[in-house]
Amino acid sequence: MDITEYIQLVFTDYTLRTITLGTAVLGAATGMLGSFAVLRKQSLLGDAISHAALPGIAIAFLITGAKDTNTLLIGALVSGLIGTFWIRGIVTKTHLKSDTALGLILSLFFGFGMLLLTFIQKQPNANQAGLDKYLFGQAATLVESDVWLMAIVTGICLIVMLTFWKEFKILLFDADYTKTLGFNTKTIDILITSFIVLAIVLGLQTVGVVLMSAMLLAPAAAARQWTNSLAMMVFLAALFGAFSGVFGTAISATQNNLSTGPVIVLVASVFVVFSFVFSPSRGLLFKQIRFIKNRRDLELHKTLAFMHHIAETHEDISHPHAIKLLNNFQGYTRSTLQKLVEKDYVELKGNMWSLTKIGFETAANLYTKQVTENE
Amino acid sequence: MLYNSMDKIAVKVDDLTVAYNYKPVLWDIDLEIPEGVLMAIVGPNGAGKSTLIKAILGILKPIAGSVTIYDKSYEKQRRLVAYVPQKGSVDWDFPTTALDVVMMGTYGSLGWIKRPGQKEKKAALEALEKVGMLAFKSRQISQLSGGQQQRIFLARALVQNASIYFMDEPFQGVDATTEIAIINILKELRKAGKTVIVVHHDLQTVPEYFDWVTFLNVKKIATGPVKDIFNDDNLTKTYGINYKVSIQE
Ligand SMILES: Nc1ncnc2c1ncn2[C@@H]1O[C@H](COP(=O)(O)OP(=O)(O)OP(=O)(O)O)[C@@H](O)[C@H]1O
Ligand SMILES: [Mg+2]
Repeated sequence: MDITEYIQLVFTDYTLRTITLGTAVLGAATGMLGSFAVLRKQSLLGDAISHAALPGIAIAFLITGAKDTNTLLIGALVSGLIGTFWIRGIVTKTHLKSDTALGLILSLFFGFGMLLLTFIQKQPNANQAGLDKYLFGQAATLVESDVWLMAIVTGICLIVMLTFWKEFKILLFDADYTKTLGFNTKTIDILITSFIVLAIVLGLQTVGVVLMSAMLLAPAAAARQWTNSLAMMVFLAALFGAFSGVFGTAISATQNNLSTGPVIVLVASVFVVFSFVFSPSRGLLFKQIRFIKNRRDLELHKTLAFMHHIAETHEDISHPHAIKLLNNFQGYTRSTLQKLVEKDYVELKGNMWSLTKIGFETAANLYTKQVTENE
Repeated sequence: MLYNSMDKIAVKVDDLTVAYNYKPVLWDIDLEIPEGVLMAIVGPNGAGKSTLIKAILGILKPIAGSVTIYDKSYEKQRRLVAYVPQKGSVDWDFPTTALDVVMMGTYGSLGWIKRPGQKEKKAALEALEKVGMLAFKSRQISQLSGGQQQRIFLARALVQNASIYFMDEPFQGVDATTEIAIINILKELRKAGKTVIVVHHDLQTVPEYFDWVTFLNVKKIATGPVKDIFNDDNLTKTYGINYKVSIQE
């Protein structure tokens, strides 16, 4: 199947369209909210919340006997919220570090959830099969109403974020200071965290408990590499998340038997790796290139400074000197000399060189402090 | 000196006790800070200087005690108070610009939801100018030097246009030129009748910069005019070692 065929299929095939839309909306929501989690250094939070949701799913099934997504996800939401507020409680009431509290709740709830799942599977009731899809997700079970729900929650989340943008930003940057300005930081915090819980719960059906936190972190981590503005970061994270959903669905739909959730997470990880290598300002590649360029420039400057040193001894700055003289200088190579000529700093005549006027001035100003702030 | 009327008390702390764990890090602090002074809080590392400021500002909840600002509770007087936190308390890799950080100083008077507009931007630019950082307004904050970051924090507090300023080590890691620039701003604030409270580590410069001083080491050792109480006796009591300051006069 080629790309145009696939795109056509997305528009005509009901299931594929639903899954594509669902994963795109989910990716956008988690990317957006993930930016906040990443900037608060709460990377583990998503992991803890998604794992904490598992027992809720099991209990909701045990109580109602129903297997429809909405009932189970309400269970997930409740236990996710309980887990989250226990984490907050542990951090404020005891003196455990927040990663300890996160780890504790994560394993406690997940362990309990797994216990319940095994218990349910041992039941003679034929209805029990399929709950374990929440472990790794099953995008194929998405229906239109699920997508609507995701879209509505994402929309509300977007509105709240835009309304409280200023409050979110200042809390993320400097919580203590925010408090002194008279803002109720607890309210802002609960608002952000509740939306993160909501987004995670909505993603459980598609991506599953185990990998859900990657949906939160990967797009945000990738986005951070490309920009120094919070608004741009949130926007890019949403975009990367949405694309991960769309590409992930496409790959798993065209390659038989690849389950969608893990593929989406892999695509999101590709965004991360790509961003960490290729981002112009923070990426590893450009850092290395800048480093090499700086080193070359430095060699050039050193040579120029050395020449300036020699030229200074003469009344006439353009007085020619023997190239041989430069051999005494360590950083000197033929190619640096050639570059200096290209830049019009130096003129060559036979095996003599002389500094040009610009060359002399540039050299004289090389190591005086550059007071250029051109912004 | 400039505090002519001793009767007006800007900040009053009563029986303040603060603990993170079981052991109090501040013990029964009573403190009266007169209006219009430029006061240093001195004490060794871990003495509780930052904790004192945080407790006064309601960032930390004390076990006991109360704080009043001009005879009313701090909650009612919040607008009168500005805070410069220790520079290391935030992540400077946060994606934002210098101007944006300074604008945050206006958020308190804006209140919930309302966005900063032209008026707020103008105030922020003026504050940046005052601390000599106007040229850096669009800089990503991680690309500022430590001293420049410190000045951004100072500008953010100046924007608040408060009556009382609490500053936690504003001279930390700044060079001599910046230090003079900052102290001149503080002196200007005092001249305008504001009260400025500064956690300070360099004992040598206390008599030169400040007119009021509080010695703190878990308990309050002494508080009062520098010329009366800044002596070897109090320094020894605060720092434990036998202190011989070569401070003249
Ligand atoms: N968040 C915290 N949790 C537990 N203990 C803390 C916390 N913050 C500070 N402390 C302890 O409280 C005491 C006072 O700390 P504080 O930061 O107020 O000291 P300081 O006088 O500002 O020191 P420095 O000069 O190093 O800034 C110290 O013993 C410190 O270890
Ligand atoms: Mg301190």
